[in-house]
Amino acid sequence: MITTDQDILASAEAWKRAGRKVAVATVVETWGSAPRPVGSRLVVDEEGNFLGSVSGGCVEGAVVTEALDVIEGGAPKLLSFGVADETAWRVGLSCGGRISVFVERVEG
Amino acid sequence: MKLDLLAELNAERAARRATVVVTDLATGAQRLVKEAAVAADPLSETLAAAIRSGKSGMAETAEGPRFLAVQTPPLRILCLGAVHISQALVPIAGVLGHDVIVVDPRTAFATSERFPGVQVLAEWPDEALPRLGVDRYTAFVALTHDPKIDDPGLHIALRSDCFYIGALGSRKTHGRRVERLTEAGFAPEAVARIRAPIGLPIGAVSPAEIALSIMGEITAALRLGERTAATTAAA
Repeated sequence: MITTDQDILASAEAWKRAGRKVAVATVVETWGSAPRPVGSRLVVDEEGNFLGSVSGGCVEGAVVTEALDVIEGGAPKLLSFGVADETAWRVGLSCGGRISVFVERVEG
Repeated sequence: MKLDLLAELNAERAARRATVVVTDLATGAQRLVKEAAVAADPLSETLAAAIRSGKSGMAETAEGPRFLAVQTPPLRILCLGAVHISQALVPIAGVLGHDVIVVDPRTAFATSERFPGVQVLAEWPDEALPRLGVDRYTAFVALTHDPKIDDPGLHIALRSDCFYIGALGSRKTHGRRVERLTEAGFAPEAVARIRAPIGLPIGAVSPAEIALSIMGEITAALRLGERTAATTAAA
């Protein structure tokens, strides 16, 4: 079953209410050719389970890792991925674009 | 993101109302602005423009740079006619993340056995549609092939600001439909909103292929806008 952006936020709420620790990642800016539009979301729990996408699969792994950090520490993070970034050697967008992803913990 | 805000966001979406979440990316501080509260908000102009465009993005505001996450209601397809094509349309629309409601006054057609997991209303369109609300996040599809059922539905759709109106039938059938609608007092520009013959020209034959061509046309209307999509369809 393919999840839509709607299902993702509903899942984030359901996961949190079920006692899981949850972070939400959102694409906040894109430059050039980017696989997912601004506003696309990914929800992650403390075990690394995730729903949704912020790219076509290129940087999800790295976002999930950072999200686990945010779940642990609580402070939000603004991540940047792309060819112009030093992380390009590790994780980058093969399409040549750049994206910014905001990761925040669900508090409550 | 606070759980309360997340819950409110989900509730607003379920109620088919637009919202904007305003976030300061430096601190994570955020607030949710409901569509009805936009006019009274300090950032009213920026927020109203964001909702109109339906696009999320960064904005320079009087409060500093903010990320505006726009949430518009899920697209809804009002399918008049619980017919074979509708049965194929439901799962395709589902994969695309759209809600589908099937309306057909013929009780033999409008059964949940034929449409498992979908809202099916065995009602006349002039009863069901005003209650459901035909808004600008709605696509209306008339598929019964029966003017007694299709026409009252088209009347309501033409008076609404729904983003897509399509009606099944050949050019000849549509010609007669145009005559009836004109007689009923609809202006040529209004009648021209109806996509007929319905669907993108992909040579569709089976009900599933016709459903695919309709979903393609609805997607084009959504992403390219009404005029461009019409040109694409004609090409």
